[in-house]
Amino acid sequence: MTNNQKKNLLFAGVGGQGVLLVAELAARAALHAGFDVKKTELHGAAQRGGSVVSHVRFAPKVYSPLTPAGEVDILLSLEKLEGLRWAHFIRPAGLIILNEEERIPAQLDGNPVEYPKQINVFLVEKGLQTVLINATELATSLGNYRAANIVLLGTIAEATGLPMESWMAVLKENLHPKILELNLKAFEKGLELAQKEVWRGISSH
Amino acid sequence: MSTKNFLSGNEAIARGAWEAGVHVAAGYPGTPSTEIIENLALYDDVDVEWSTNEKVAFDVCYGASIAGARTLVAVKHVGLNVALDSLMVTPFSGVHGGFVIVSADDPGMHSSQNEQDNRFLAKFAKIPMLEPSNSQECKDFVKIAFDMSERFDVPVLLRTTTRISHTKSVVAFDEPKREPPKPYKKDPEKYVVPIYGKRRRMNVEERLKRLEEFANTFVHNRMEWRERGIGIVTSGISYQYAMEVFPDASVLKLGMTFPLPRKLIEYFCDGVDRIYVIEELEPFLEEQLRIWNVKNPYGISDITGKNAVPNMFELSPDILRRTLLHGDGHTSFEKEISIPPRPPILCPGCPHSGAYYVLRKLKVIATGDIGCYTLGALPPFNALDTTFCMGAGIGNAFGIEKVKRSVLGKRLVAVIGDATFLHSGIAPLIDIVFNKGITTVILMDNSTTGMTGHQQHPGMGKTIRDIDTYAINYEELVHAIGIRHVKVVDPYNLEETEAAIKEALALEEPAVVISRRACVMIESERAKPHHPYEVIDELCEECDLCLKIGCPALDGSTPIPHISRERCIGCDLCARICRFEAIKPISNTLN
Repeated sequence: MTNNQKKNLLFAGVGGQGVLLVAELAARAALHAGFDVKKTELHGAAQRGGSVVSHVRFAPKVYSPLTPAGEVDILLSLEKLEGLRWAHFIRPAGLIILNEEERIPAQLDGNPVEYPKQINVFLVEKGLQTVLINATELATSLGNYRAANIVLLGTIAEATGLPMESWMAVLKENLHPKILELNLKAFEKGLELAQKEVWRGISSH
Repeated sequence: MSTKNFLSGNEAIARGAWEAGVHVAAGYPGTPSTEIIENLALYDDVDVEWSTNEKVAFDVCYGASIAGARTLVAVKHVGLNVALDSLMVTPFSGVHGGFVIVSADDPGMHSSQNEQDNRFLAKFAKIPMLEPSNSQECKDFVKIAFDMSERFDVPVLLRTTTRISHTKSVVAFDEPKREPPKPYKKDPEKYVVPIYGKRRRMNVEERLKRLEEFANTFVHNRMEWRERGIGIVTSGISYQYAMEVFPDASVLKLGMTFPLPRKLIEYFCDGVDRIYVIEELEPFLEEQLRIWNVKNPYGISDITGKNAVPNMFELSPDILRRTLLHGDGHTSFEKEISIPPRPPILCPGCPHSGAYYVLRKLKVIATGDIGCYTLGALPPFNALDTTFCMGAGIGNAFGIEKVKRSVLGKRLVAVIGDATFLHSGIAPLIDIVFNKGITTVILMDNSTTGMTGHQQHPGMGKTIRDIDTYAINYEELVHAIGIRHVKVVDPYNLEETEAAIKEALALEEPAVVISRRACVMIESERAKPHHPYEVIDELCEECDLCLKIGCPALDGSTPIPHISRERCIGCDLCARICRFEAIKPISNTLN
């Protein structure tokens, strides 16, 4: 770890998608790399299909567990609308990775819910580095759609600036042996995708 | 032992209590406090229980303290309301073994019916209070709290908030100091408060004076001198936000926030030009500073607090920037693009869906209660008229009956879950019988404490450590308190459920309908094979009736609804209500 290195990560999605797991893995990777780390999240309603968000911050010293709006370096969202919901937290020209999955929210007032169209176009116009990935499909092709969260985690691994050795150690330590092989494949898939894409250089920011 | 442990505030409290040699711990599940007791149950040498409710948990722990043990009770903010009667008397009697009360408040009402600042309860009960600002302090402060409790002969309140309880940060472990409980001493003049309370009353005040002296030199009431233009008085999570936004300001960080250290606060304020009191929720610190009229070196009392920072909802660095630095901040894009909210919903196959489908169909007036089933108030069910707090629904229904019996009596129900019923639903049901009411109670028995994550309760036959115990028989219980009409139904069986509720409503006496089916999220249910269903396009008449079951696996955004194969668990509720038999099991089941 270098003295001034710090990153603010934000993980979003819908309860049940595995948002909290990827946030935990990222936090532990930062811890493994020697940083001070804080991770915060909301429980409770999360189990019932509501919005879930988790902040992960690492630096030589972290105070607030909540990243102020406009200071998130990377937002990873397992669901498109949830990415949009928190996109204003991203710093100028920051990175947002969206899973293409769309989950239409339940009605709140009896009127049909209109799912916003062209979310990625909107975010590009906002000047954000926006990447859409069909992680659910990729994970299904690897053997289980549930590994979509780990595919997505793989796509940001390099951009976090954390050493690959930390990521690998944390995956092996924290994932159940029964699902480890599939998830390592999913993680590799994400890494590969990232190498093809334009956001490679972001960790130097 | 690894020096680097990554713990939530709740996990750290459990660890700290164990290191401090806690003997007995109890609580009732409630977000954001639940994981404290869950984690304490992982230490085999601690007697840990889920209690029937928070008052019982409090009384059990206090009894253990009198018997010489170190004890800890952990509840959410509203849980301490339930135990308030006990809380208010214990400062008179004091403790024997150290007694720590953890209150986990929920600013922002992320998982609660209300917002309340439980720091006022420390002041109200006249007991000392500690407020940790990260997981390390959670662990350290709980140990200090035990020592303080024994030294000052008083219960100690450890107050956290959601953002402390549910944030993980680095914690260093220490070796535990575990000693056996002290011997029991009979001491009625100390513990029979109604008779000897007047004598003890003066002790309460005298003790507060000693505690304030202690607070003035307490090492965790800490001055951090930086630039002298702004001096921040703060505590808990607000300290972290203050440091984020005002890294160059001097700070008085208070680890102990009742009683407040007057000398220390006056000394600090005398060293800075302007005072910012940064605190979440109510002006608890600020009010005391204003009462003392603390001044800067020029003799002026220049305090900024709740005149700038709101007293509602969760605080954040963003709010401090906006209100104290007048930054414009980054706000949601919702003014430029529609961002529909995502309310929590009942899970696919949730047994409550069946019961609520029937209640909606019968157009009853329903008083609700606290749990997953509160979501029955939302579309498509819109089945609840009220919901307030644990156990309130049954009494509320009886109150409505008293006023509107002739018009509503035959279509009035109270809906309550199994855990909530045992927590505080039995007494109001007795009241209905005792006072000759006719209200029908629907007991939604999903055989677990659902919303907080499946904790054991007295109806399940398992303790917190999954050891077999007696399981309450609800039918026998309600019979014994005088309910003659009790029916058990399976909420997946809509006809049976409807018939039973209609029958109960028609009676001129109180009745209980038990809607019984296990929560689909408990492990044993999840392990069962699931055979998903599909909509047969050619048979579907696009009537959308199936959407009335409120299943998140059913997507109604297209004319012919679509069932998510991954999410459908094959409960067949939608197939049961379809009038065209257009919903059938997928023939080549993958699962």
